[in-house]
Amino acid sequence: MEQFFDDYTLRTVILGTSILGAVSGALSAFAVLRQQSLLGDAVSHAALPGIGLAFLLTGSKAPLVLMVGAGLAGWLATAMVLLVTTSTRIKYDSALGLVLSVFFGLGLVLLTYIQKYSDTNQAGLNSFLFGQAASLVTKDVITMTILGGLALAVLVLFWKEFKLLSFDPAFAQSMVLPVRWLDLGLTTLLVIAIVIGLQTVGVVLMSAMLIAPAAAARQWTDNFGVMTLISMLIGAFSGVGGALLSTSTSSLPTGPTIVVCASAIVVISMLFAPLRGIIWLRIRQEMQNRRLKNEAILLDLFELAQKHNDLEYPHTEATLRVIYPRTGTLHRQLRGLEGKGLVEEHEVEKWALTPNGIQVCKELSSKRVQ
Amino acid sequence: MSAYQLEIQLVAILVAAVCALPGTFLVLRRLAMMSDAISHAILPGIVIGFFLTGNFSSPIPILGGAAAGLLTVLLVEWIRKTERIREDAAIGLVFSTLFAIGVILIARYAGDVHLDKDAVLLGELAFVPFDRLEVAGRDLGPQAVYATGTVGLLCTGFILLFFKELKLATFDHALCATLGFLPGVLHYILMGLVSMTAVAAFDAVGSILVIALMVGPPASAYLITDRFGRMICYSVLLAVTSAIAGYWVAYLLDTSIAGCMASMVGAQFAVLFFIAPKHGILAAWRRRRDQKWEFAIKMLVIHLMQHEGTIEAEQECRIDHLQDHLAWEESFADGVVSRAATQKLLDPVGEYLELTPAGRELARQAVVDI
Repeated sequence: MEQFFDDYTLRTVILGTSILGAVSGALSAFAVLRQQSLLGDAVSHAALPGIGLAFLLTGSKAPLVLMVGAGLAGWLATAMVLLVTTSTRIKYDSALGLVLSVFFGLGLVLLTYIQKYSDTNQAGLNSFLFGQAASLVTKDVITMTILGGLALAVLVLFWKEFKLLSFDPAFAQSMVLPVRWLDLGLTTLLVIAIVIGLQTVGVVLMSAMLIAPAAAARQWTDNFGVMTLISMLIGAFSGVGGALLSTSTSSLPTGPTIVVCASAIVVISMLFAPLRGIIWLRIRQEMQNRRLKNEAILLDLFELAQKHNDLEYPHTEATLRVIYPRTGTLHRQLRGLEGKGLVEEHEVEKWALTPNGIQVCKELSSKRVQ
Repeated sequence: MSAYQLEIQLVAILVAAVCALPGTFLVLRRLAMMSDAISHAILPGIVIGFFLTGNFSSPIPILGGAAAGLLTVLLVEWIRKTERIREDAAIGLVFSTLFAIGVILIARYAGDVHLDKDAVLLGELAFVPFDRLEVAGRDLGPQAVYATGTVGLLCTGFILLFFKELKLATFDHALCATLGFLPGVLHYILMGLVSMTAVAAFDAVGSILVIALMVGPPASAYLITDRFGRMICYSVLLAVTSAIAGYWVAYLLDTSIAGCMASMVGAQFAVLFFIAPKHGILAAWRRRRDQKWEFAIKMLVIHLMQHEGTIEAEQECRIDHLQDHLAWEESFADGVVSRAATQKLLDPVGEYLELTPAGRELARQAVVDI
């Protein structure tokens, strides 16, 4: 904590990564819901030539200039994917892959060209590939805050419309909402979120920041508004966590560390989130399983005893095994039922229902008849 | 052209051709983004393989990469089955996490060895001929030729051997399963081939431009043919030409070869996108325009047939009347009439339009069709 307030670089980096995490977390909720996770991947790769071109044209490395270039290129890439899919028979996935890699190739050509022919120092440009959080300065963080704040403000302002568009575009259209403009607006916000993260996480790993927070948040809630908030928190948390981890350990790159943090949160959420978590699901299934098995034993005992006109007539474990090939757990289950006062052991391994057990069986069988 | 240049082109051609083979299936099966996923995700496999052996000359890194690729496919499949995260998000999540782990491994442990993260992402074709295969002191040429060549032979062999099964699995998955051809097994073999191809191509063109070579040429080929076998051949052909063109453009501009190859792939697609004979947008535009005239001519002949031989024929079957009756612009009406006249469907006698037998037949047929 002390380090946080003393160390200027660390403070800048952490501010930057948390803003990046929060903004991309909010937009990722929409991207994942609309099944556009891979669009984020395409746009972030496609931003590379925009950065190169912006630098070539202006000769400036100001964050805003490069971000505008990246944003325009990413935006153009989305438009091209749309054009190719709507006007030819090329499918969405091929169009994405093609646009992503060709734009990236162009970007690579531009960067190599700049490296060779430009006398200005271009060291800052290569960092867009993998991101370089340590190079963040106050100016960058201010730009990120303004852009991110704008994006979030627009998101809040048109929250209702964007939500409707994402869940039911056909209904949105029937409500005479400008669906096409809203779609464009949401895509633009996505591009802004990507642009904010490029310098820190890099074009290659930025896509993870547009998937992981929402994928994790989805496990904790069914409410979209709550999910978006959790997603922002998770995004910011992975940003800060990744930044702290990478500064405290030597040669641990920030961008990839942030991504691994976010993915770890996804795994934890998938396993442990209440209701949707896989572990809870397994536990629920196991409990259900046990209950059903116990009920089956009680009912078998009940049925056997009915044939003797004495509902408390005892039967051996061997008999129970004959009725249904039970696994080795039978004895333990009977002991468990004994603990609940539903059966009792008359002689060794000979079991009978107690009055309580008979009551339970009667209820069960009447339920089954229904 | 020096031997060095020849060797680079040979490797470029081989890599491009080999990528196009499994790429065709990816494009047709809407799995294009799996090339994105696999080409990123092989990184940790390669890096671990590299650490185990200390060089790229052994097959261990290739196998490690292929294993990581298959792991991606399995993980995506597993996440999809838990129904917690949708498939597109799962793909994006798995590969970016694996890639991030790969980058972290490189940054932490590969400080001095020949493996830096820029090379991983971008590849450097120009350095490929320096890595040579030597057997008993004799120079047998660049090692990359043998690596890609082997993978290429595997791919070609697999495709030739299982051509009809692959065709069936690609176009009718359900029928393939019903006939007992195990489409699932074919899928995994295919994904294994994609992984191996990605690893073999990785050294030369880097992980992102592999996507361009896998998706681009098949997507272009998809625009110019409707036949499966031809699509594979055209893909390979287009890949080879883009490799050669890319090399020379890079040579002239003195910039990244891989980047230029990807740009050429994009240029090829852009050209075919416009001029492809059946599926290009110019062809589609022409088709729509022809359909407009065709429809108008049908309207005209039906109109003429309706009034032929009636009292009002003298008034109805006049060219200036079409403007009132069919609400056609004067120029459009003239266009329709002159087109119909050249097709010998009617005879303009001054202002009066008289149907020919062919025109009458067309009108009758058109009424039946409607």
